[in-house]
Amino acid sequence: MAATADGAGGDGVTRRDFLEYAAGGMGAVGAAATAWAFIDNMNPAADVLALSTTEVDLEAIEPGQAITVVWQKKPVFVRRRTEAEIREAEDTPLDSLPDPEADADRVQKAEWLILVGVCTHLGCIPLGQKDTDEKGEYGGWFCPCHGSHYDTSGRIRKGPAPENLPVPPYQFLDDTRILIG
Amino acid sequence: MAAPRFENPIVRWIDYRLPVFTFMHHEMHEYPTPKNLNYWWNFGSLAGFMLIVMIVTGIMLAMHYTPHVDHAFDSVERIRRDVPFGWLIQFIHMNGASFFFILVYIHIFRGLYYGSYKSPREILWILGVVILLLMMATAFMGYVLPWGQMSFWGATVITNLFSAIPLVGEHIVSWLWGGFAVDNPTLNRFYSLHYLLPFIIVGVVVLHVVALHTHGSNNPLGIEARGKQDSIPFHPYYTIKDMFGLGAFLTIFCLFVFFAPDYLGHPDNYVPANPLVTPPHIVPEWYFLPFYAILRAIPDKLLGVVAMFAAIAVLFILPWLDRSPVRSARFRPIYRQVFWLLVLDCLVLGYIGSQPAEGWYIHIGRLATIYYFAHFFVILPLLSVFERPRPLPLSIGEPVLGGGSPPPRGAGGTGAMERA
Repeated sequence: MAATADGAGGDGVTRRDFLEYAAGGMGAVGAAATAWAFIDNMNPAADVLALSTTEVDLEAIEPGQAITVVWQKKPVFVRRRTEAEIREAEDTPLDSLPDPEADADRVQKAEWLILVGVCTHLGCIPLGQKDTDEKGEYGGWFCPCHGSHYDTSGRIRKGPAPENLPVPPYQFLDDTRILIG
Repeated sequence: MAAPRFENPIVRWIDYRLPVFTFMHHEMHEYPTPKNLNYWWNFGSLAGFMLIVMIVTGIMLAMHYTPHVDHAFDSVERIRRDVPFGWLIQFIHMNGASFFFILVYIHIFRGLYYGSYKSPREILWILGVVILLLMMATAFMGYVLPWGQMSFWGATVITNLFSAIPLVGEHIVSWLWGGFAVDNPTLNRFYSLHYLLPFIIVGVVVLHVVALHTHGSNNPLGIEARGKQDSIPFHPYYTIKDMFGLGAFLTIFCLFVFFAPDYLGHPDNYVPANPLVTPPHIVPEWYFLPFYAILRAIPDKLLGVVAMFAAIAVLFILPWLDRSPVRSARFRPIYRQVFWLLVLDCLVLGYIGSQPAEGWYIHIGRLATIYYFAHFFVILPLLSVFERPRPLPLSIGEPVLGGGSPPPRGAGGTGAMERA
């Protein structure tokens, strides 16, 4: 096999080999690019993604009370904490937490605790918003599905959930109104 | 195996151009089947029958169902109340899912007892596990479609399992949902996939049967058929036996469809989905309970999910965990006992899965989970080395017709003549 019509070089690699790899490689890139269209097709659509915000009026909430509002189709817990609840959250030593986070880093004003009310285990809605609900061993929330206990800062204390209840982005518009999102 | 001669000229004309009749003759009539199959061998064909029932009833239901969060629940209720015979077709489909799993679970445990997963049937077995996984995905997505409380929260919990994957978990979950929570996009894609997957299952079932017909059925003795005297044609002998089993099965199935259609369901699913309220005690359908118990037995989210999937995945490597050369538990005195312990363990896991995760249930669930994995990863490999199997018969005919020596004169009749 000396230099022939396929132009074999001294190392046995032919022009044909090069063309096969180049064409095959381009084909693979094209297939992957096309596949991405079909995969990305299932991601949240533009109307779903459109940044949605929710405004909440805090005026009617008494200390110790909580309300649930909907933000991006998820429940958001807004709780006006009592002095005792705030103290309990602040005094908890961080090394006793599975997901250590200081209470001060989770609130803008200590009185108002705002959380996405979705259990970080498998997505159930924890109980604890109503007076009659079971609030768990740490006085915050209790997820009935698989038994996760959250404290008065929404931090996970006991059970299978790996993380604290997340704090959504929000800002105080004035003393009695917040904007979530 | 010469091509058969067909009397009917039209059949002959077609068969010359498209040999479907030769194929059927070969796979049904000539196909040699061990003559000693017991009724546990009915469940494969029963499961195949149930797959067809589910596809036919499902296609009918799809003509009336509306996949939208605002209409799905009402459209299912309309099927049950207003659509002619909608109640019947919906009850068959709904209970059919449960009975499909009953049949397939019995089919799987039959394979475990008689060692049907051993050489040369490993791929046959693996294809069966693939079918089980596809069935689980299909059943899960189908259960979401009526959009009741259990539908919604089942979908939420199961899709959230994927959030346990490190780094990309959250993105995968949002991709599965098509949003930030289980919502209309989720319902729509589940409907699309619920319609698709059964046909994929049909494809894998075809491969399953091709693999089966390559080496033929295993049998209660677990030894290969040796020649003609050990086997009989599938048709008519096993077609008629399967038909009898089908009659018995349909009797039980109809008792549920007509007299207790909601017995296997959950009352919470007759409450329309509410994304803001989780029912106090959510449980999956009964056929997922053992796996649900394993998920909850482990106090770590990622490990719990891994263990749950591993509980099924272990079946893929079962042919290589059980190295004992003897297939049938009849000749394995210890395996025979641990098999029943495994059955009991699965029933315990199922019960624990149906109970709240608290108190003693947690401890029992953990012990049962440990035993489940110990069965496959410790007991089976050890038995392969230490168990002393009982002697195997020389052939399938031997236990019935006597030892290797010629049968006593006048005892065997014509059957004995043929043997010689």
